[in-house]
Amino acid sequence: MATAPLFNEMHADDATVRPHYSPYAEWLAETPGERILEKRAEADTLFRRAGITFAVYGDETGTERLIPFDIVPRIIPADEWSGLQRGLRQRVTALNAFLHDVYHDQDILKAGKIPAEQVLCNVQYRPEMQGLNLPMDVYAHIAGIDLVRAGAGEYYVLEDNLRVPSGVSYMLEDRKAMMRLFPELFARYSVAPVEHYPDLLLETLRAVAPGGVRDPTVVLLTPGAHNSAYFEHAFLAQQMGIELVEGQDLFVDDEIVYMRTTQGPQRVDVIYRRIDDDFLDPLAFRPDSMLGVPGLLAAYRAGRVAISNAVGTGIADDKSTYPFVPEMIRFYLGEEPILANVPTWILRKPEDLAYVLDHLGELVVKEVHGAGGYGMLIGPRASRTEIEAFRARIVADPARYIAQPTLALSACPTFVESGLAPRHVDLRPFVLSGRDIVMVPGGLTRVALREGSLVVNSSQGGGTKDTWVLAC
Amino acid sequence: MLSRTADHLYWMSRYTERAENLARMLDVNCRMTLLRQEEDVVRRRWTSTLTTVGQLEPFLAAHGVVTQASAIDWISFERSNPGSIDQCLDRARDNAHAVRGTLTSETWETLNATWLEIRRFKRDTVSSQAPGDFFEWVKFRSHLARGVIQGTMLQDDALEFTLLGTYLERADNTARILDARFEFLAPEAAKSDDAGDYYEWSALLRSVSAFEIYRKVYRDLITPRRVAELLILREAMPRSLRHCMSRVQQTLVKVANSRSAETLRRAGEIHAGLQYGRIEDALEEGLRSYLSSFLERTSDLGARIARDFLVSEATS
Repeated sequence: MATAPLFNEMHADDATVRPHYSPYAEWLAETPGERILEKRAEADTLFRRAGITFAVYGDETGTERLIPFDIVPRIIPADEWSGLQRGLRQRVTALNAFLHDVYHDQDILKAGKIPAEQVLCNVQYRPEMQGLNLPMDVYAHIAGIDLVRAGAGEYYVLEDNLRVPSGVSYMLEDRKAMMRLFPELFARYSVAPVEHYPDLLLETLRAVAPGGVRDPTVVLLTPGAHNSAYFEHAFLAQQMGIELVEGQDLFVDDEIVYMRTTQGPQRVDVIYRRIDDDFLDPLAFRPDSMLGVPGLLAAYRAGRVAISNAVGTGIADDKSTYPFVPEMIRFYLGEEPILANVPTWILRKPEDLAYVLDHLGELVVKEVHGAGGYGMLIGPRASRTEIEAFRARIVADPARYIAQPTLALSACPTFVESGLAPRHVDLRPFVLSGRDIVMVPGGLTRVALREGSLVVNSSQGGGTKDTWVLAC
Repeated sequence: MLSRTADHLYWMSRYTERAENLARMLDVNCRMTLLRQEEDVVRRRWTSTLTTVGQLEPFLAAHGVVTQASAIDWISFERSNPGSIDQCLDRARDNAHAVRGTLTSETWETLNATWLEIRRFKRDTVSSQAPGDFFEWVKFRSHLARGVIQGTMLQDDALEFTLLGTYLERADNTARILDARFEFLAPEAAKSDDAGDYYEWSALLRSVSAFEIYRKVYRDLITPRRVAELLILREAMPRSLRHCMSRVQQTLVKVANSRSAETLRRAGEIHAGLQYGRIEDALEEGLRSYLSSFLERTSDLGARIARDFLVSEATS
């Protein structure tokens, strides 16, 4: 579907390898094909034995699927990363400022920079958070910002993930596997380390504990072993040395949260939750939720426990909010955005709507509250009938939709059945905000393994690669 | 530590130990069948084994007639039988999975690999031709799990609850193995101190890895009385009831909490009975009644451990 020229991470053109990939290309040329095949098989064994899998629901044989791991690294030169890092820091600062503002004075709405009813009537806006003060005014302590490269190689932010972003365990396991499988490559490259991520995360979580707690007890709240991201929950809890708890392990007494231990109740100060707002507390949100802790929100509002990420961050990563992030950066920081948004038509605006209806065949149209590719029209791939059906839905309720051009995502060489071939990639860096904003170099590179596919989600045939930011 | 975590660790090791003991029981039966192949003896032997593991009724409901191959298959692989080796390993792994963050990665990987590898055994071949390799494999995986736990895990409460599960389960299993063997042989055999069927008694010893130990300790003929003494009262014998209860008691001292005093007292009482008991008295009472009273008391202990440590009440 990509008609624009494709940006290849490794090759500038058929004959030329980009300078930062040339040591890799040399290694590849020197290394016998059988050895690479052996290493691929070894990687498979490593991941399977360690159980780095995601659960496949309802499978009788108990099979758990491996997330495909590709052995060709995605390499990012140091100067390129430092630009991205500045942009990420700026963007996350503005997003946190926005969250603090909409749950306090709402200056940005009063200034008319974002339509007030779009924010206040959004289901992601949590009135429970209004007026609540959080340590250091930080809401999204852990942010996963999805970046893509298009056309000539310029980066765009595709979306912000500020609720429970996942994938960081694959970033860490991919690096561990690469170092074990190809130690010789790390002699040719000076790769910036990422292994200290769990330390940074723990420091961030401890920093956001309620005021006055000297040695906070931090726990990780998981929906349980059957959740598809359970591997990551267990992995992070273990790496940080904190308890991995389920809702049933916690209870609230007099607005204080405790966990049930073999020695009786123990107080909990910070909850790194990996469950959505809706399931946190059956008394406050969905009454049928078995995953949460009754009374948790009251304890949170009383300032007796920290929840990370904060409740209500969804209002800042909602697709209807996304087009306004550059405006937030200008409004709160007085700066021009370093990282560009993908150009977006907001269909609640009549002129945008008119343009999009005229160009449905070339655009991607997304439902603002949709996720995971649902409620989405990919114009160049859709049939006439599909386009007309979607047109009717847009006309019926334009405010539910946004539209973007179809981007030609950059590609990175990847091992597939037929050998080495370019496949589309994205990049998710993880940005931590506590006392400071910190991140490890790089992030998780996801790769769409099917030829031509732009879908990098693990549930739909996506894989991962180790991401190397070069220490210059 | 979290009560739920302790619960998973405890059951992880109980199921691992149970799988091992099932393999031991099946292994010894198969060896004995090689010696006496009369159909009714073989049937009686397997019926007795199915009874020991509490599975005779469901087995009969599914199969009707007891044969060696069907009994091996049922106890080894049957998925609908929650007490099969396959299902024990499955649950051991499930419990480990639920607390994989608490385990060292070596421990988790060992249990996970066991769960993955059992699939490479072909059910039909194992039960009809070469069950020995399978039983050896189960025992080996259990040794490996125990070794990796003791060799890599931090010596804190997590390890204690893991050990608690192992020893309580082993005490239960040794008692059952003994009970089954004494039932299968003449009920009064033990009393008469008659060497009886040498192979039966040596098979029993082998099933709990005690044959060489017996030779070393007694340097004498194998008699039922000494077999009972070795497996019940010898502290130094790692699968004896006394050894297991001694470890259970030690562990309960280490993890004690405000509710567990009575549980510890009862464990101590059972242990003291073994420590100061005489085999003559047990034989006088009748070994089978002695063992069933032991099984009742350990099962009571298991329930009390669950209540004191593993399932905590709402706000206490």
